[in-house]
Amino acid sequence: MAAPRIRFERISKSFGVHQVVKDLTLDIERGEFVSLLGPSGSGKTTLLMMLAGFENPTVGGIFLDGRRIDHLPPHRREMGVVFQNYALFPHMSIADNIAFPLRMRGVGRSEIDERVKRALDMVQLSAMSSRRPAQLSGGQQQRVALARSLVFEPAVVLMDEPLGALDKQLREQMQLDIRALHKRLELTVVFVTHDQSEALTMSDRIAIFNHGNIEQIGSPRDIYDRPQTRVVAEFIGETNLIEGTVKVTGTAGTSVEIADGRHVMVPGNSSLSVGSRVHISVRPERISLAAGGIGAAANALPAKILDSVYQGDHLRVQLDEDAFRFVVRTDMRSAEWPIGAEVVAHFTPDDCWVIAA
Amino acid sequence: MSAFRRRTGTFALILPLTLFLGVFFIWPLLTVLEQAVSDPVVSKNLPRTTAAISAWNLNSEPTDEMRRALVDDLKSLDDDQKLGEVVRRLNSAQPGFRTLMRKTVAAVRDSTGPVSLAEIDARWNDVAFWRAIAEATYPYTDRNLLAAVDLQHDASGAIVAMPAGESANQAILLRTFAVAAVVTLATCLIGLPYAMLAAASSGWRRQLLLAAVLLPLWTSLLVRTAAWYVLLQDKGLINSLLVSLGLLNTPLPLLFNRTGVVIAMTHVLLPFMVLPIYSVLIAIPRNLMPAAASLGARPIRGFLHILLPLALRGIASGGLLVFMAALGYYITPALIGGPKDQMISSVIAFYATGSANWGMAGALGMVLLAVTIVLYGVYGRLSMKTTGA
Repeated sequence: MAAPRIRFERISKSFGVHQVVKDLTLDIERGEFVSLLGPSGSGKTTLLMMLAGFENPTVGGIFLDGRRIDHLPPHRREMGVVFQNYALFPHMSIADNIAFPLRMRGVGRSEIDERVKRALDMVQLSAMSSRRPAQLSGGQQQRVALARSLVFEPAVVLMDEPLGALDKQLREQMQLDIRALHKRLELTVVFVTHDQSEALTMSDRIAIFNHGNIEQIGSPRDIYDRPQTRVVAEFIGETNLIEGTVKVTGTAGTSVEIADGRHVMVPGNSSLSVGSRVHISVRPERISLAAGGIGAAANALPAKILDSVYQGDHLRVQLDEDAFRFVVRTDMRSAEWPIGAEVVAHFTPDDCWVIAA
Repeated sequence: MSAFRRRTGTFALILPLTLFLGVFFIWPLLTVLEQAVSDPVVSKNLPRTTAAISAWNLNSEPTDEMRRALVDDLKSLDDDQKLGEVVRRLNSAQPGFRTLMRKTVAAVRDSTGPVSLAEIDARWNDVAFWRAIAEATYPYTDRNLLAAVDLQHDASGAIVAMPAGESANQAILLRTFAVAAVVTLATCLIGLPYAMLAAASSGWRRQLLLAAVLLPLWTSLLVRTAAWYVLLQDKGLINSLLVSLGLLNTPLPLLFNRTGVVIAMTHVLLPFMVLPIYSVLIAIPRNLMPAAASLGARPIRGFLHILLPLALRGIASGGLLVFMAALGYYITPALIGGPKDQMISSVIAFYATGSANWGMAGALGMVLLAVTIVLYGVYGRLSMKTTGA
């Protein structure tokens, strides 16, 4: 089997006594779009900087196509980096900015012109080639930075929160543009972000960072629907967590006792043993509200409505302590509940996801 | 109404500055300039001659009217000091006037009746002497300005170079520019890496580096120069260290020569190079050099293609500051340099305080000012070009 495009092998990085990356191992395949997602200070940017060559790992090795590269200086790593604030050269025209990596590689004049022209076409900025970066909008600058990082056909493209400075609409457009480029050019992309919807939109795989290591890595669906830890469940999307103890296990279903002796039915799971502590995660959009008369098969929690907020495409309803202050997203077509109304929050066992505590 | 009020309000705000500049800068400057070109001695003290000679064509036989007017003027000029000024002025244009005038004045003062100048001295028949008087009667002259760059009028009025060995202003001006250029280059070579280091470091290290540059600025120039005087001596710190380390057998001559002047001036002027470069460097986004590296630029090429072009504005304004300040340096070359290292300001000082020749001092000052203005214009053009979109 061929070596992965990038391999991080047992990487640790310390700044003084502070360890920001702890014994991390990660493979990234050719053509894959991997997002590093996590709160600030979780080590994701440091990992990217080590890949680009701006930081050296304290321990461990970084491999590109099986070749060790962590001793190489940045200019010999063949990584296209898109920086947070684009890092365009202010004294050069757009065309010169994009030509820069080619000039550094001693590419001939006519070939440079040709490739710069193609790169400008790719990001639809051909009309701007003679302008200076300061004369462009944020979105245009971001596209120039992208073109500059791609024009020399690097082995990997690294992006450090490249869309952070753009407004929401432009950001969403750029997300789709970058994703389309990734597919068309079969790029290997490592993308650092703290915006979960960005990661969900763009990635083949998402690595959730926490305290210097990867908490979980998987497809967006894995991460969202099957979080392995409480941190992941809470970080990706909004969720309701209930703590409980496993009472009955079985292939048909598992019963978990929660506070004040009530039970919640969750899907059958052979890995759970009776008496173990678990968290049950229920996404807000999986919960329904009813006035009463729910069948016995469903999990039902009677509660009062504390608050109800109009969000355009849905209502965000907050329940009181009887239902563990659950948050519920209700469809706009369903009934609108007044604050203080008595309701029953109900969800099926399949709406629950169990995380070992 | 409100626009008018607003405008007068603005003027009122800048009035103190305008007054200050007018009284303490522009007026003295104009006075000095006037000194450089004014030549009132003869026209003021020999008014009748001045009037009579204005009709003369400079070539024909001097008229009787001119002769009579001169005798009358000399008769009524009883202030010996003023007479001395007139004689000095005329003698500087035409050698021989000193003895001629002494003889003539004595004869004129002794006689009671009409006096014939030609009988007193045959030289009064020489047109050249009359021509010197005629030229000296103009209240303005370009003699000082020409002399400032080693030029003069010959007998026919054409501008020619002064005889070799008579004046060294051109050589001293050239030396002044050479020293200023070398000092500018040296401050740039030291100041650019230093400013880069200061801009790249942070926290107490940056504070320390900047303080090391700023501290000398807060010390008197005289004290700093005196300190270099001590350091650069044959038995000074530098030479004794080099000798005791065995690197040298005899001490390097560092004092009273060009090397010492350049070393001391470079140190004194270094802050004016470091600070503009530093202020430009810290404004450069931090991720540009990593970006250049990630795009394949070796550090040296990143420096040449990115950092240096962006720092150029700071280098240019620092260079201009240093060069212009160096042009006017006086104390440092005077104390550290030898006689062959004196710069134009010491010549100005000589004329102003040593020989009371305000005209020459003003003329040299004007030449220096003109060169500085031209340089500033060139800098303005260049910086427009580099910053213009």
